[in-house]
Amino acid sequence: MIHSLFLVNSSGDIFLEKHWKSVVSRSVCDYFFEAQERATEPENVPPVIPTPHHYLISVLRHRIYFVAVIQSEVPPLFVIEFLHRVVDTFQDYFGVCTEAAIKDNVVVVYELLEEMLDNGFPLATESNILKELIKPPTILRTMVNTITGSTNVGEQLPTGQLSVVPWRRTGVKYTNNEAYFDVVEEIDVIIDKSGSTITAEIQGVIDACVKLTGMPDLTLSFMNPRLLDDVSFHPCVRFKRWEAERILSFIPPDGNFRLLSYHVSSQNGYPVGYRSLVAIPVYVKHNITFREGSSQGRFDLTLGPKQTMGKGVEAVLVSSQLPRGVLNANLSASQGTYTFDPVTKMLTWDVGKINPQKLPSLKGSMSLQAGASKPDENPSINIQFKIQQMAISGLKVNRLDMYGEKYKPFKGIKYMTKAGKFQVRT
Amino acid sequence: MQEWANQLCENRQFGSKMTDSKYFTTTKKGEIFELKAELNSDKKEKKKEAVKKVIASMTVGKDVSALFPDVVNCMQTDNLELKKLVYLYLMNYAKSQPDMAIMAVNTFVKDCEDPNPLIRALAVRTMGCIRVDKITEYLCEPLRKCLKDEDPYVRKTAAVCVAKLHDINAQLVEDQGFLDTLKDLISDSNPMVVANAVAALSEIAESHPNSNLLDLNPQSINKLLTALNECTEWGQIFILDCLANYTPRDDRESQSICERVTPRLSHANSAVVLSAVKVLMKFMEMLPKDLDYYGTLLKKLAPPLVTLLSAEPELQYVALRNINLIVQKRPEILKHEMKVFFVKYNDPIYVKLEKLDIMIRLASQANIAQVLAELKEYATEVDVDFVRKAVRAIGRCAIKVEQSAERCVSTLLDLIQTKVNYVVQEAIVVIKDIFRKYPNKYESVIATLCENLDSLDEPEARAAMIWIVGEYAERIDNADELLESFLEGFHDESTQVQLQLLTAIVKLFLKKPTETQELVQQVLSLATQDSDNPDLRDRGYIYWRLLSTDPVAAKEVVLAEKPLISEETDLIEPTLLEELICHIGTLASVYHKPPSAFVEGSRGVQHKRIPIRSGSGESSESQDTGGAPGATEAPAAVIPSQGDLLGDLLNLDLTPPTSTAGAPPGPPMPMGGMDLLGGGLDSLLGGDIGGSPSMGSGFGAPAAVMPSSLNAPVGGGLGDLFDLGGGVGMPMGTFVPPKTLWLPAMKGKGLEIMGTFARRAGVIQMEMTLTNKAMSVMTDFAIQFNRNSFGLAPAGPLQVPTPLSPNQTIDVSLPLNNGGPVMKMEPLNNLQVAVKNNIDVFYFSCQYPISMLFVEDGKMDRQVFLATWKDIPNENEAQFQINDCHLNSDAASNKLQGSNVFTIAKRTVEGQDMLYQSMKLTNGICVLTELRVQTGSPTYTVSLKCRAAEVSQCVFQCYEAALKN
Repeated sequence: MIHSLFLVNSSGDIFLEKHWKSVVSRSVCDYFFEAQERATEPENVPPVIPTPHHYLISVLRHRIYFVAVIQSEVPPLFVIEFLHRVVDTFQDYFGVCTEAAIKDNVVVVYELLEEMLDNGFPLATESNILKELIKPPTILRTMVNTITGSTNVGEQLPTGQLSVVPWRRTGVKYTNNEAYFDVVEEIDVIIDKSGSTITAEIQGVIDACVKLTGMPDLTLSFMNPRLLDDVSFHPCVRFKRWEAERILSFIPPDGNFRLLSYHVSSQNGYPVGYRSLVAIPVYVKHNITFREGSSQGRFDLTLGPKQTMGKGVEAVLVSSQLPRGVLNANLSASQGTYTFDPVTKMLTWDVGKINPQKLPSLKGSMSLQAGASKPDENPSINIQFKIQQMAISGLKVNRLDMYGEKYKPFKGIKYMTKAGKFQVRT
Repeated sequence: MQEWANQLCENRQFGSKMTDSKYFTTTKKGEIFELKAELNSDKKEKKKEAVKKVIASMTVGKDVSALFPDVVNCMQTDNLELKKLVYLYLMNYAKSQPDMAIMAVNTFVKDCEDPNPLIRALAVRTMGCIRVDKITEYLCEPLRKCLKDEDPYVRKTAAVCVAKLHDINAQLVEDQGFLDTLKDLISDSNPMVVANAVAALSEIAESHPNSNLLDLNPQSINKLLTALNECTEWGQIFILDCLANYTPRDDRESQSICERVTPRLSHANSAVVLSAVKVLMKFMEMLPKDLDYYGTLLKKLAPPLVTLLSAEPELQYVALRNINLIVQKRPEILKHEMKVFFVKYNDPIYVKLEKLDIMIRLASQANIAQVLAELKEYATEVDVDFVRKAVRAIGRCAIKVEQSAERCVSTLLDLIQTKVNYVVQEAIVVIKDIFRKYPNKYESVIATLCENLDSLDEPEARAAMIWIVGEYAERIDNADELLESFLEGFHDESTQVQLQLLTAIVKLFLKKPTETQELVQQVLSLATQDSDNPDLRDRGYIYWRLLSTDPVAAKEVVLAEKPLISEETDLIEPTLLEELICHIGTLASVYHKPPSAFVEGSRGVQHKRIPIRSGSGESSESQDTGGAPGATEAPAAVIPSQGDLLGDLLNLDLTPPTSTAGAPPGPPMPMGGMDLLGGGLDSLLGGDIGGSPSMGSGFGAPAAVMPSSLNAPVGGGLGDLFDLGGGVGMPMGTFVPPKTLWLPAMKGKGLEIMGTFARRAGVIQMEMTLTNKAMSVMTDFAIQFNRNSFGLAPAGPLQVPTPLSPNQTIDVSLPLNNGGPVMKMEPLNNLQVAVKNNIDVFYFSCQYPISMLFVEDGKMDRQVFLATWKDIPNENEAQFQINDCHLNSDAASNKLQGSNVFTIAKRTVEGQDMLYQSMKLTNGICVLTELRVQTGSPTYTVSLKCRAAEVSQCVFQCYEAALKN
């Protein structure tokens, strides 16, 4: 099982270590540093690194490497999932997961890690259980604790720890009972030179914020559950009911949680080539050319909305890694601002909102090194955007009902679509 | 000074904030005293702050162990946080201060009785983490209570504690009956307790492969499946991994398990998903293919695998490595999902490369157009490694999907037009392969290839190009000119290119003999006269002789029809694939190697295999043979690492393996005997039983096998006969040192082992006298060696006729081979041995005389001796004196010959006899000596030369021992 954990910052210093079994010397991380040196980009460090006596499994989050040390055969996904849980917990407790935050709360961090694993076996990883065991630090509590000498460690066994619904504690009370659901979809697309779609998939999640008194039992039904073919549920969802009736029935955890994540690919439920389920919300017209023998290149980019069901496309940000030979770009944007970093060759254009009447464009010329040959690589264009009040897959919640409690909760559902890896090749 | 400066900075930075970082400021040297004072303060609050500072220092790796007594003093407190902090400290430092740690025992025992279950659990949990023997003794009683605690939280913590305790003292756990209690917990009413019990048992079972701890039967499986639905995600992983080890009785049971596992595929935790995939992939094998459910299951497997690819890159990587296996085993699952493997330009490189690999595996006629378009796109990316692999992938597609070959070739030509150097080189390498797969089809492109001749600077690409020119010499008008241009820098080329050039020119000559005679002369003389490379020379000579004796035969040989290259050369070998499928989700699946090949100390890695399909009617007894070691398994040895394989093949005794079965049946082999032997054993056996231990499989099964008859008691008996004579120095017998006490009865819990080493008939024997000085019988003997300098390893299990009753003494002889893992020891001839019996595992170390390793064919040719002697630098020479030896030189030579030290020459100079001797070690090291014997003087002088100077001292000891006995 998991032996030790080292936290390494971006400059390669180990700033925290925790051992769940015997102490492993931190020199084991030298193998990690070697791999780090070999990798061109920080994210290219391989996640599993063998050393003569141990294996190092690492994840990179918030520019911190979480390096777990294992000695025997342990499923690597188990370790990676656990590390993610550690990151999530830190974020949950300290608001951000940074080196400074971890150092500022090192004792809490240590207590948390001790609660999360016992002898390498996961012990308590649910946020609500942990919060009962170790109260998250707040400025107020730190002050009060310092003055009164009380503690931020819970004295009682967390109620959720062993119940059939470990994700919910008993005796929850709210004056305002509310349940909010956010349907957030990220669309991953690759569009080729000619504008046709190569792949398009949607990664959707339904995140919930439920603040309800007592032990509510919720059901959530959809207008078009057929879309949800490939789903992962929070453990609270009753799988049998879903299988039989396509209804989500669950006793929710208290607070924020991810109810479900789903995946819609271009083929779900349809034979190949029948019809793509994934609508592409924006289009790009581009013309990036270099001529042989000339030290100038043309750059011309226009964005426009497409299949957005009348909703506005906001927070648009275009970025493109221009070829290495490009010295500078002299462009003019019809709206928003652009920057070109001559060192990394990264062109970024902050567009803002797309106005369908007046499409945003970025035009101009790129200067190449004099005498250099025409660049070989074709830059890809990466686009980020948001569309409010719409789930691009068309997923719609039909109704939300509550059983088991008498009060009337306030319910709300929000939809949003974001670009994930939205990539246009030129 | 620097330190103070740093501290000042830190103080300024953090001092004013109300955060934990303030704790970091006060732990510099000298401030330990300050902390000490604070820890002993009367004020509660100050104490807690001080402990926090101590913990903070500990987390960043500073040594605060000096504060141990002061911190332990804070343990008796009602404040839970302070208690926890002190516990944290204890776990870290108890090992270094065992005597002090005893002070904490009372508090622990008291806390285990606390009314608050949180404290009871915390106490038992912490105690298990303190790896101090004395504390462990006190742990048993509280642990027993906690295992039966009314509160499930305590029980589940206690279950894990058993695993901890087992790690510290396995014997204690068995003696105290904790294993049985743990097994009972599998039927606990609380699913979390069940999950933890399974996890603990699995971990313990890893060190006891045959202990049958997790005795899975339909009833227990049912309990596990019930718990599966209710326990935490981590518990689900443990239970699923445990389920995967079960072999269902028939297809109906298999199907019902599959049905109950399938919902796990929708879990949010990817590790749960992958473990579920493992169970399904394995049990699916048992289902009849025409069953409807089989098809349903296949369909259900695809979406979760695809979903894994939308997770974080690290998860994706592990998922992709596993999908690579799944795609090889059952391509039908993902055949429609090609698109999800398309590479995004901001994927990390390790994800890109894996995706590419899977794309090729999924490529088929239906999707090849899409795949090719993608690959072409990738070939224009920035990352050189990725681009190269993409180009290579195009070639692999051409070879895999015949219909696409033409399109692939034209894509490659397009890429060659880009003139990007490394793209062109890769393209040429793969085009060569395409020519080999589809001869006489695409030769029209040769002209384009030739245009790029000058830009090739990598050996592989140059060799490929030369091959093409040679192969199609008759179609290339200026083939001779092209090849001649390569010939100019012949000596600067790599071997690969030289060989290829030689062959190509010979081909050219055979095709156009008139114009190229001069060229072929030139290359033959370059290859045979001016080259130091034996391969090149030999090939040159063969061609030369062929051409000069029989040109027609030469033509038949050199221009022979070549076999077509196979479609997929990189498929994992099927038996290995089967094993890896059983290890989906583990490290083995990431490395595509069986666990035994790489897991450190994989004592218990069992060789897993997919169950064979059996209908409901038949009983599946075949499974039993998979686990139970039979008589044929005697010649087990630790798998040699890849590098040793060749050496072992050379040493291989050619006794046909069939004689194994004919070996006289010894006493029934103790089951426990398997425990200590490396995991390699299991995989080896598994391979044998599988019936197809193919040589290429990497198991190298026959390689490390010693003739099994040596294991039989007969061999031992023979050894004993020799032993009688050994003492008096038989002329031809190896010198055998008298037995020494290796393991005193005091340390061996009553087992006494005396032993020595001997070399008999070319086999190293470890001869031991085992005496039972305890009051009870001993059984289940087994032996294992640590890695050692010469890779000595038991060639078979330890054959002890059991039981060994009290006061009984027996002699056993264990044949050894040198196929084990190698690690340099200090001293060189040190051997660390573990002997196990039903009571415990005992460790001792002994030293073997290095003469055991002198092989029978160590006699050197005189000339070679002379040359070697000169060749070895003088600093490698060592000189020793042997005093009080009263043999004349002939007698000495005779005696040494018995130990495989061979006298090559003798010279007498001024009354001094000089003996020149050589010996060779099993690993090929040669030792050369000059022994000077002054007539009438009892002092000999040995001068010794060896390339590996480390062995000198050991060799000298052998001389002394052999001559004086």
